[in-house]
Amino acid sequence: MARAGLKVAVLERGEYPGAKNVQGAVLYSRMLHDIVPDFWKDPSAAVERPVVEQKTCVTTEDSWITVGYKSRKFLEGVPNCYTIIRVRFDRWYASKAEEAGVEVYPGTKVEDVVRKGGRIAGIRTSEGDELLASVVVACDGVNSILAQKAGFRGELRPSEVALGAKEVLELPAERIEERFSLEPGEGATMELFGSITEGMLGYAFLYTNKDSLSLGVGCKLSDYQKKGIRPPDHLERVKRHPYVKKLLSGAKTVEYSAHLIPEGGFRSMPPLAEDGFLVAGDAAQMVNPAYREGSNLAMTSGRLAGETVVEAKAKGDFSKRTLSAYVAKLRASYVWPDLEEVKDLEASIERSEGFLDFYPRLACDLAHLRFSADGRPKREHLKAALGMMRKRGLLRMARDLWPLRRVMI
Amino acid sequence: MTVEAKLGLLEYKKSPTAQIVIADAGPSSPCVTVCRDKPCTTVCPAKVYEWDERQSKILVAYENCVECGACRMLCPFDNIRCDWPKGGFGVKYKFG
Repeated sequence: MARAGLKVAVLERGEYPGAKNVQGAVLYSRMLHDIVPDFWKDPSAAVERPVVEQKTCVTTEDSWITVGYKSRKFLEGVPNCYTIIRVRFDRWYASKAEEAGVEVYPGTKVEDVVRKGGRIAGIRTSEGDELLASVVVACDGVNSILAQKAGFRGELRPSEVALGAKEVLELPAERIEERFSLEPGEGATMELFGSITEGMLGYAFLYTNKDSLSLGVGCKLSDYQKKGIRPPDHLERVKRHPYVKKLLSGAKTVEYSAHLIPEGGFRSMPPLAEDGFLVAGDAAQMVNPAYREGSNLAMTSGRLAGETVVEAKAKGDFSKRTLSAYVAKLRASYVWPDLEEVKDLEASIERSEGFLDFYPRLACDLAHLRFSADGRPKREHLKAALGMMRKRGLLRMARDLWPLRRVMI
Repeated sequence: MTVEAKLGLLEYKKSPTAQIVIADAGPSSPCVTVCRDKPCTTVCPAKVYEWDERQSKILVAYENCVECGACRMLCPFDNIRCDWPKGGFGVKYKFG
């Protein structure tokens, strides 16, 4: 918007940009490249490590299977993704907005929208100041108090969000590279499923930053509520899992954080465009947990909202009708189709129950058989394996696994 | 590592006013009469809420708040009013 000559103000309630922001964090590059072209060539860009290896780990209490894919092709052209430290990144990202002519006002809490003649015409800060604008874009995160106050959505339910707890742990770069088999400067990511979530829907993650690790765990808030578990205590148990423990050895916690992640997705999306008002990013539930994507959806939706406002400005019309072009743009991008694709995934995983306990255990038991020479003929192993699977029933297994086809590729 | 030790790593700009209040903290509040599990006291990742048996009420350590917003949804009786601190106040993450 600012690049097109519009007057743009960003209001940030933190003392500085990023002060309130928490993310894993993995940032997919292409969506940032669309906004800050060639950012990865800029040495001042506040990113940590380009990711060359992505691993998934399925755990039981004392065993685990890791599946990983490593390729230096991830670095060709626009590198696929980077680990980032949000506060550093956000400060840099805000400075890029300022370079483009945006006025950034940190330490400014938006209290409510201002209405004139029935339509939204600006915002009021907690200090009582009013800022009038042709369009207000709510990008105020998962709790989006602005979208609530504007009357576009109610309070979220505990089943519509995940609660994540995280720590940043310092570890020298050489130790990280040694421990994760990385070339200097390159990064790895890992998600852990199975026993590590203690029967709740979610996962733990471990990401490599330049000279620190980000370790976190996030599960549905309704599951924490049901079990009465405090996420930081859960995180302590994650740290004690033998696989994680070894990777963290000698690392020192330098920060703790907690954050909500919108998981309601497509079905919980509020109206995205109203007269003089647009909603983007987490505020609009734009998170794709199956692919751990969120900040990229936020960037793309923010960009598309901006482009819509530029067009509206050229027409001199900021009505819902004109601003609804934003929704059409989202539909034509990857944002809408991707969210639509996974809209029932969580429900089907919860319905089948097996993914939280039975399948991780089965996978480890099968692996144990496969890799053991215990003096029994292998055909007995096969019989034992089929017996394990029959416990659940092959038909039921097929039904459990069928919904996963949507996230295979 | 205890939650207290984790919170001890954080930097805050202390808000002059409480931004979190229990809407009904009286003797006939849902906390006293119907809420048995008190999920705010067991789940809040910053240990803001504590049940005081003697006073029969929830104590609110709002200065611990990391502003995740979970309590807005956690309370089964919608009895927590959790707002953000004024602009520039509250938690100041260094990494996030």
